[in-house]
Amino acid sequence: MGRIFGRFAILVASLLAISLVIFLMISAVPGDPAEIMLGTSAAPDTLAGLRHQLGLDQPLMWRYLAWLSGLAHGDLGMSYTYSTPVATLMGERLAVTLPLAGLAVTLSLAIALPLGTFAGARPNGAVDLVATAFSELGIAVPNFWIGLLLILGIALATGWFPTGGFPGWDAGLLPALTALTLPAVALAIPQAAVLTRVTRAAVIDITGEDFVRTARAKGASRTHALIRHVLPNALIPVVTMLGLQVSVLIAGTVLIENVFTLPGMGTLAYQALAQRDLIVIQNVALFFAMIVMGLNFIVDALYTIIDPRLRVRR
Amino acid sequence: MTRHFSTVLATALFGALLCATGTIAAPRTDAVIGMSIEPTGLDPTAAAPVAIGQVVWKNLFEGLVTIDENGKIAPALASDWAVSDDGLTYTFNLREGVSFQNGEPFNATTAKFTLERIIADDSVNPQKALYSAIESVAAPDEKTLVLTLSHPSYDLLYWLGFPAAVMVEPNSIADEATHPVGTGPFQFEAWKKGNEVTLSAFDGYWGDKPKLDKLTFRFIADPQAQAAALASGGVDAMPEFGAPELVNQFEDKAGFDVVIGSTGMEVVAGMNSTRETFSDKRVRQALMMAIDRQAIVDATNSGYGTPIGSHFSPSDAGYEDLTGVLPYDPAKAKALLAEAGYPNGFSFTMKVPNRAYAERAAEIMQAYFIQIGVTATIESSEFPATWIKDVFKDTNYDMTIIGHAEPLDIGIYARHPYYFNYDNPDFDAAMTAIADATSPDERLEGYRKAQEILAEDVPALFLYAWPKIGIWNAGLKGLWTNEPVPSNDMTEAYWSN
Repeated sequence: MGRIFGRFAILVASLLAISLVIFLMISAVPGDPAEIMLGTSAAPDTLAGLRHQLGLDQPLMWRYLAWLSGLAHGDLGMSYTYSTPVATLMGERLAVTLPLAGLAVTLSLAIALPLGTFAGARPNGAVDLVATAFSELGIAVPNFWIGLLLILGIALATGWFPTGGFPGWDAGLLPALTALTLPAVALAIPQAAVLTRVTRAAVIDITGEDFVRTARAKGASRTHALIRHVLPNALIPVVTMLGLQVSVLIAGTVLIENVFTLPGMGTLAYQALAQRDLIVIQNVALFFAMIVMGLNFIVDALYTIIDPRLRVRR
Repeated sequence: MTRHFSTVLATALFGALLCATGTIAAPRTDAVIGMSIEPTGLDPTAAAPVAIGQVVWKNLFEGLVTIDENGKIAPALASDWAVSDDGLTYTFNLREGVSFQNGEPFNATTAKFTLERIIADDSVNPQKALYSAIESVAAPDEKTLVLTLSHPSYDLLYWLGFPAAVMVEPNSIADEATHPVGTGPFQFEAWKKGNEVTLSAFDGYWGDKPKLDKLTFRFIADPQAQAAALASGGVDAMPEFGAPELVNQFEDKAGFDVVIGSTGMEVVAGMNSTRETFSDKRVRQALMMAIDRQAIVDATNSGYGTPIGSHFSPSDAGYEDLTGVLPYDPAKAKALLAEAGYPNGFSFTMKVPNRAYAERAAEIMQAYFIQIGVTATIESSEFPATWIKDVFKDTNYDMTIIGHAEPLDIGIYARHPYYFNYDNPDFDAAMTAIADATSPDERLEGYRKAQEILAEDVPALFLYAWPKIGIWNAGLKGLWTNEPVPSNDMTEAYWSN
C-alpha cells in the first residue's frame, strides 16, 4: 500500500510539473487569440481592447498562477472563442469521447481476447493464420483510413449509420450509439490488432511453462489448463499493452472524431489549437496528460492485484 | 491424429433493407444546412469570423438596412431614410411594432444603443473602422434615428447592412455570444458545440413568417464528409460546398441541384511593397503577366471561379472585367523584368497559408514564374494563427496568397498601415471620392476608377473571385445563388414537394 501512496504523490507532483510545461509551450506557440477573433479588418485599438478583455495583457507568470488557482477551485476559465466556461465545454465533449473510447476498448478486447487465445492455443492453425493476417493488416492500416472506408463502404452503402455527426444523448440511446458505432469500430480495429498479437504471444509463452505442463500431467484437459492457468497469466502483458495504448487511443480519437465530425474532446482540442483558444488547449492538454498518467497508475496498481509476485519483486 | 476445424469468420448477415415507399406527405418544414466552419460565438458584432454571420445574419439578427442577393441595399428595420445634401446627416425612419425575441421592443433608443456600442472607444466590433465616420447618434423620438457624420461616407449605408451592424437588445448583450437575441424571423434554440446550432421560427416576427419553422446548421469541416453527408441525406444543403473536384458526382445525381454563383471573396497574391523588388511597379506587372489566371482556376478549383483583373468581384455592383489590362504574356513579362533591372530574374519567398486553395495556387504560380526566370520558394504558414502574426501583422513576408472575404473591401489598399504596405495617393484620392459621392451613380463611377488604378498598379496579383458552389436537395427552394455578403439567408427558403 505504501508503494501505491508513494506513486500517487509522484503522480500529483508530475501533473504540476506538466501543467507548467503545457502552459509555457502553449504560450510560446505563435498566434494571438485576439487577432484571430477579430480577423483581418480590426484596428489596433480594437485589438488592444480585446486583449485586455481576455486578460492577454497580463504577465505570463500571473496568468499561469491564475490558471492554477482557478484549477484548485474547480474553475477552468472561460473559452475565448466560445464565451463558455471551459468546464462546461469539456463536460459536453467528454460525454462523446468517453463512451466512444469505452466502446472502442470493449470492442477491441472482444475481438482480441478470443482471437488471440485461440490463435495462441494452436499456433499455425487456421485461426492463427487469420489472427496473424488480421493483426498485420490492422497494425499497418491507419485508423482514419479505416474510418473513411467505413463511411464509404458501410454508412453510404447501407444507410444504416450516419456518415458523421452526433445527435446527442438526449436524442435517445439508439441514435447516439448508432452514431458512435462506426467510429468505435475504426478505433478498435488497430487496437484489436495489437492486442491480438500480444494475447497470442502470451498464450504461446505461458502454455510452454512448467506449471502448465504440471497441470496437464495431473490430468487437466487442454481447455481447462488454458482457462485456469494460461489465461490469467496472459492477462498481465495484455493489461500492460492496454495501458500503453491509452495515448495511442487518445491520438486516435482526435483523428477519428474529425473524420466522423463527432463533437468530442479530440475535435475540441483540434479546433481550439487552430483558433488559439489557449485556455481550452491548456485544460484539454492537462486533462489528456492526467488520463495517461492516471491510467498508467491504475495499470501499475492492477499488476499487484493480478500477480502477487510483483508485490515482492521490487 | 490432428483434427482441423475449418473456421468460418464473421459472416455478417443483415436483413434486407426495407425501403419505405414515398407516401404523399405535407412538405417538410425544417432544413439542415451544412457549413464548413463552426462559428466561434454567435454575436457578429463582437468577433470577425464570417461563419457567425452565416448562421445568424438575416435569420436571427437584422440591421437598419440589409443587402440583398444582388448586393443592393434594401430596407430592413428602417423602412426608409434620407441623406442630407452635404452627406453629413442620415435620418432613418424605423419600423413600428418590432420586438426582439426576448419580448423587448425595438425602437430608436435600442438602435442608438447598438450604434454607440459599435463606435465606443472600448468597442471590440471587428468592423469598427467602417463606422468611424459616425460622430454622434440621436434618437429624437421612438421611430426616428439621426446619424451625424464627421465626414461624408457614401458607403456607410452599405456597411450598415453588414452582420457587424445588426441591432442588438441592451439587456441581452452579456450573453449575446451564446444566447443571441435579435429581431429576425428565427430565434435561437440550441447550440450543441462542435456539432450544430438550431433556430426556430419566431412567432412575434414583424414581417412575413418564414415557411420553415426549424433550421439546423451542422458543421462539417472535411470536404469528403460533406459529400457523404449530402449523399446520405444527413444535410439538405451545402451552400458552400468545400470540394470542387467532387461537384460533378452531384451534377449527375438525381435529386440534387448544383448551383454555381459568385461570392465577394477575391483570391489575391499580396506583395509586400516595402521589399525592394516589389516596390517597382514593373516587377509586379511582370509577375501578373507571367501567370495564366484561368489555369489557376482550372487546376485549383476544378474550373469554378472567375478570373479577376482587380480587387473586385463580379457579384459587386460596379464590377468591371479588367483581366485584359495585364493579360498572360510571358514574353512581355520578361521584357518588363529586364527593363526593371532584373534580366536574369530574382528569387523570393511565398508565405502561403496551409489551405488547399492557396497551396495549390502557389505551386502553379511557382511553375509560371520560373518560365520568366523568377524563382519562388514556397513556405507553408499555419492559418490563421501563424499567418496572421507573420504576414498580416508583422508584414514579414515577400508574397502571400489569401482570399479576402469581406464584401466590397477594395478600400484595404487605402489603409495605412495594411499588410501590403502599399501607398498610392491616387488610389487614396479615388477612395475619398467614393466617400464624397452624392449619388449612387457617382459612387459606382468612383469604384470603377478605383478598380482601374489597382488593375494597372497591381499591389497584389489578382487571381480569381471565389465561387459559391451550392449543392442542395432539389426540393429545397429559395436559397441564394450569389453571396455578395457571406451568409445563409434562409428567410425565403421552402420545400416544394
